[in-house]
Amino acid sequence: MTRTGRLTASFMNCAWIAAAVFAAAFGSAGPASAQTEIKIGVISTMSGPDAQPGDQMNKGIDLYYKEHQKDLPSGVKVTLIYRDDTGANPDVAKRLAQELVTRDHVNFLAGVVWSPNAAAIASIATEAKVPFIIMNAAGAAITRLSPYIIRDSFTLWLVSTPIGQWAAKQGWKKGYTAVTDYAPGFDAEGGFTKGFTDGGGTVVDKVRMPFPTDDYSPFIQRIKDSKPDVAFIFVPAGKKATAVMKAWSDLGLKQAGVTLVTTQDVMLDEELPNMGQVPLGIVSSGTYSNAATRAANQVFLNAWRNAYADKAVPDFLSVGGWDGMAAMFDVIKQTNGKFDGDQAMKILSNWKNPDSPRGPISIDPATRDIVENVYIRRVESVNGKLANVEFDTIPNVKDPWKEANPPK
Amino acid sequence: MDAALSAFISISFHGIAFAMVLYLVSVGLSVTMGLMGFVNLAHGVFAAAGGYFMTSLMTRYAVPFPLALAAATLAVALLAVPLERYLYRPLYGADELDQVLMTMGLVFMSVAVGKYFWGPLSQPFQPPAALSGQIDLGFRSFPTYRSFLIVSGAVMVTLLWLGLERTRFGAQIRAAVDNRRMAQSVGINTSQLFTLAFALGSGLAALGGGIGAEILAIDPGYALEHLVYFLIVVSVGGLGTIRGPFVAALLLGISDTGFKYLLPEFGAFFIYALTMAVLLWRPRGLFGQA
Repeated sequence: MTRTGRLTASFMNCAWIAAAVFAAAFGSAGPASAQTEIKIGVISTMSGPDAQPGDQMNKGIDLYYKEHQKDLPSGVKVTLIYRDDTGANPDVAKRLAQELVTRDHVNFLAGVVWSPNAAAIASIATEAKVPFIIMNAAGAAITRLSPYIIRDSFTLWLVSTPIGQWAAKQGWKKGYTAVTDYAPGFDAEGGFTKGFTDGGGTVVDKVRMPFPTDDYSPFIQRIKDSKPDVAFIFVPAGKKATAVMKAWSDLGLKQAGVTLVTTQDVMLDEELPNMGQVPLGIVSSGTYSNAATRAANQVFLNAWRNAYADKAVPDFLSVGGWDGMAAMFDVIKQTNGKFDGDQAMKILSNWKNPDSPRGPISIDPATRDIVENVYIRRVESVNGKLANVEFDTIPNVKDPWKEANPPK
Repeated sequence: MDAALSAFISISFHGIAFAMVLYLVSVGLSVTMGLMGFVNLAHGVFAAAGGYFMTSLMTRYAVPFPLALAAATLAVALLAVPLERYLYRPLYGADELDQVLMTMGLVFMSVAVGKYFWGPLSQPFQPPAALSGQIDLGFRSFPTYRSFLIVSGAVMVTLLWLGLERTRFGAQIRAAVDNRRMAQSVGINTSQLFTLAFALGSGLAALGGGIGAEILAIDPGYALEHLVYFLIVVSVGGLGTIRGPFVAALLLGISDTGFKYLLPEFGAFFIYALTMAVLLWRPRGLFGQA
């Protein structure tokens, strides 16, 4: 036999085996097809420089699936279909959503880290009447873009208004805001300013810092020179947050008598170890800290440790994924897996979970956005590790932006 | 007036500290590009590698900062030798597009490699206690580490200048930059010179990456994200000089810091306008040879 001949023969063998396997798979699929299959199309970021937040969210989704698959009604099977939007790419996200709806016939669209992506997917959800569960994307107005959207994460208005109120309550009069020059930054700035001025404080100056900034000292120096009582800073999570903290400590603002307050994005649970001792004592507002002692959070943390050991630290993105899955599972359980988009939306818009890892949460039927506690946390050393320890709670916060800007 | 003076001091101080990091990383690129005429967009990879090696040594093996920095610099310089021999050399004669494609490919590979081995987050870097906090110079206090950056940058530029102007190796490099054929024909082993210069340039980048990890955080996207800054320093400064990138880095660092301080709304826009203006005025950079 020639070399080519032998290759062809072995190729033929492979083909036979493949065919046999295929047939076996099909055979066994026979009885299983009597099952109801619910498909959840998850659009997330899994590659590229911005994959970290997507990974955090996906871990929360997978974990809920793994832990609660057993709670599904018998005969119902849930399939997760992941698609990678590679970052803040609305065009890609829209195409992926379209494919998930037309080709895979998903029953839910879910996930989405970036607000522009969520906004691009909204019209697909409306056209296809597929419920779209936003697990992170925090742009305030997004839930208004489609009646098929619910959001279980937060908005920056929701998170940053309470920290403004809290700062005013401390008796601080002069505030300063420094935010990154992009949409979430404006929301954070607006939220803090509203909370702080409603409580009697004045924002003496504000700065919007360009997105491509590595060295924050010029801005921090400006804050130092204007000597406010409190400075509110918001930058995207990750290394920008670490860079801000470095500049803050390098320039000695604490010693100069300026208090820094921020949101959970800057005091990200998994980034704390990269900041050294700098963040100790810094106060931030957030919807979730993995240092929370609630029983539901302990259950969540145990499951997390069993699944991922020390390889990852859960944060608000992970809990967003977890709770979003809980909402979808509740729809499936209540309907035995037989529902259309409108029926699912009726359940989702009234969904409540008194016992989420972040405390009681619910969806406001009027806005389809989340209502949840906002916690004021302080960075403390717990068992030798820095943690955001919750010490004050503002219960059941609704997105203040929507209340101030009713739909026309 | 007092406020204006204080603003001026802040801008100069932070601008110079930022400039020193840019300078250390970019000077090697200027020398190798000027010497070999090779468009090495992957230069930032060597800086990132230096930063990764240094932070890993410090956090995983508790190696003290100066030792970790020296080891990382040396390791990257040594690693650069085989890379130059087997990867860069075959493309010396190739046209610029090929070189750009090859080195851009290296940059993307470095992003993936960094993420694979060190994860997507930036690497923690804690300067030693003696270099953190603030130092009080009587009239006002300055961040210690940034002061250290300025001093190190000044020392490095002096050493490099002396090395290039006063040593035999420096004279050979200058000769080869000016006229490679002539240098070869008077008996300078340019092939060996290229390897050495490449290793030196890469080592300097690693030094800059390591020492500057406080300002330009080390993460997988490093080589790509800061590429524009490095290229601006080199093109504004002019190829093949030590002085050019130094002046360009100062210009870039101070104006970037100044504009961000004074007019944050326009932020990053001005440095690009400035770069264009300089290049229109002197297309070969401030100190480039015509």
